[in-house]
Amino acid sequence: MAQVFNRRTNKIVRLSIFVGIPLVLIMLSSAWWYYTRSDWIRDVGPANAKVQPGGGFSHQLHVGGLKMDCRYCHTGVELSSSANIPPIETCMGCHSQVLTKSTKLEFIRSSYETDVSVQWNKVHDLPKFVYFNHSIHVAKGVGCSTCHGNLATMPVVYKTQALYMSWCLNCHRNPEQFLRPESEIFNPAWQPPADQIAQGLILKQKYNIRSKLQLTNCSICHR
Amino acid sequence: MQTSQPLKPPVVETYDELLGPGETYSSVTARIGDIVLYPVLKTPWGWIGGFVAAGLLLMLYLYSLATLFTVGIGIWGINIPVAWGFDIINFVWWIGIGHAGTLISAVLLLFRQDWRTSINRAAEAMTIFAVACAGIYPLIHTGRPWLDYWFLPYPSTLGMWPQFRSPLEWDVFAISTYATVSVLFWFIGLIPDLATLRDRAQHPIPKLFYGLLSLGWRGAAKHWQRYEKASLILAGLSTPLVLSVHSIISFDFAVAQLPGWHVTVFPPYFVAGAVYCGFAMVIVLMIPIRRWFGLHSLITMRHFDVMSKVMLASGLIVTYGYFGEIFYSWYSGSIYEYFLIVNRIAGPWAWSYWALILFNVLIPQVLWFKRYRTNLPVLFFVSMCINIGMWFERWVIIVLSLTRDFLPTSWGVYTPTFYDWATYIGSFGLFFILFFLFIRLLPMVAIFEVRDLVHKTAQKAHDKEDHGHAGA
Repeated sequence: MAQVFNRRTNKIVRLSIFVGIPLVLIMLSSAWWYYTRSDWIRDVGPANAKVQPGGGFSHQLHVGGLKMDCRYCHTGVELSSSANIPPIETCMGCHSQVLTKSTKLEFIRSSYETDVSVQWNKVHDLPKFVYFNHSIHVAKGVGCSTCHGNLATMPVVYKTQALYMSWCLNCHRNPEQFLRPESEIFNPAWQPPADQIAQGLILKQKYNIRSKLQLTNCSICHR
Repeated sequence: MQTSQPLKPPVVETYDELLGPGETYSSVTARIGDIVLYPVLKTPWGWIGGFVAAGLLLMLYLYSLATLFTVGIGIWGINIPVAWGFDIINFVWWIGIGHAGTLISAVLLLFRQDWRTSINRAAEAMTIFAVACAGIYPLIHTGRPWLDYWFLPYPSTLGMWPQFRSPLEWDVFAISTYATVSVLFWFIGLIPDLATLRDRAQHPIPKLFYGLLSLGWRGAAKHWQRYEKASLILAGLSTPLVLSVHSIISFDFAVAQLPGWHVTVFPPYFVAGAVYCGFAMVIVLMIPIRRWFGLHSLITMRHFDVMSKVMLASGLIVTYGYFGEIFYSWYSGSIYEYFLIVNRIAGPWAWSYWALILFNVLIPQVLWFKRYRTNLPVLFFVSMCINIGMWFERWVIIVLSLTRDFLPTSWGVYTPTFYDWATYIGSFGLFFILFFLFIRLLPMVAIFEVRDLVHKTAQKAHDKEDHGHAGA
């Protein structure tokens, strides 16, 4: 009886085994690779900035222009795990005197009057199973801009880092790449010197930073 | 060529040969092939009934899994300190069952044992379905099965690999390798038979189905040469897996310092237990299949006799393990190990330990006698006992050690819930639905290997005649 498949079928099968299937696998895995690492999926860069109430708080104006210190608003950064979003009273401390008639600041004044917080959209949102503590990082020579970028240039805050776990571990494994002197912690425009690794190693000693083994222990971040 | 009903020959039991009298190439081909090829509408009611029953169990399984995924593992009886319960017991039990198929198809192929030929296909199918049932448990017991790809070492954005020093991670590789090699071995062994079915099929749909699966097999000498090579390579790959998979599963326990888990005899003891339980399952499946499909002349009493001997031998190794555990508890001088044994023998769960001894040690001793090895009702009963006994063995190891460890303040109890039972009993639905599909769609005995056996048997008879002649 005649066969269902003719001789040419063998060629099609061979072609699909040696070319077709590998090609599909390569396409799928590269699509996955670029998707999971894209800026878009982690909201990185100015193009992916979140929309904020009142058009957002301009760090460019307040930090870049007025040279305000980070800690004027983020008072908890040296003391607690959270760098805290300031209460509306902090804003009103100046804006009850400055720009009191500005329509752009209407939402600040109404929040102050009605005692309803402004609902800022969280930009750097770590998963709940990650215990990140700001105070220890600041105390051990990790500056704000290492993780948050140069905020003095940002009209609206956006992420400069994707906050992958591999990114956390990169510093926890070799912190000397990013450490800076105590005086530079809150300098948003800080640039690493040419001999950063040598300087970093000295600072690592000075700050008494723990070993790589201890810093990469699961329970350092996942408790 | 094609009959509407499977052939039903008169039952003639053969005790010393691997093949009944009067079997020829064409009778073998017809007997096995026609079970698969008779028309869909004439499917026997027995098959339909079994398939529906298995389907109902599968529904129970799917219901309990759906509840598990939506509610969480709180529906099970596990908690601290008993964090491993039915999930791991069933996992170890199912994967152990698979080992008999691999032993029959790979190890016995390398040792050139002829008695594997008519049982290897079904035993291998049993392996694959048992591994499928087993593999589901570790995936679901994580509680978040949609994140199970985390087990795999892939270049993730975490900057971390899974913990390669943990046997739980070795399990991932052991089981996935085992499943892959078993499926490949089984499929390659099926190809010549699929081509036979393709050539015998009349209807275009089975022709297309078997034609697609037989991958253009023409039975050319070149094809056979490559086939022999491929099956030897795969047998070589499967053989270490018979030992390694269950050894690694025993390490899951042995690396922990819990009393009763921390014993050096674990790997061989686990492997022997797996083979023991696996052969029991093969016998439990083979006895009814042989009867329903009239395969008396292909699966003879000699097959059951030999399988029972393997079962007896592996059962004795397991028994040695049980006595070993008692000895070590005394010899270790550790009060915790000693207490564990006392707790097993006379604690609140003592009945489960004694059930294990009864089912795995005492009852199987009847296999010393050929009279019982070839008595199918007795053999069926003994095999069922072994299957239950091996389940109790994992129960005793897991639950009894976890409920009472070092500190009485951290002792606890374990009570399986409805969902524990549903995920266990339901997994039989998955197993049997796959098995029923297998016996309906694929030849459950390797046609070409039995034809080879027909040839060898004839050759042997011929040689005997010649020798007799020369001697006289």
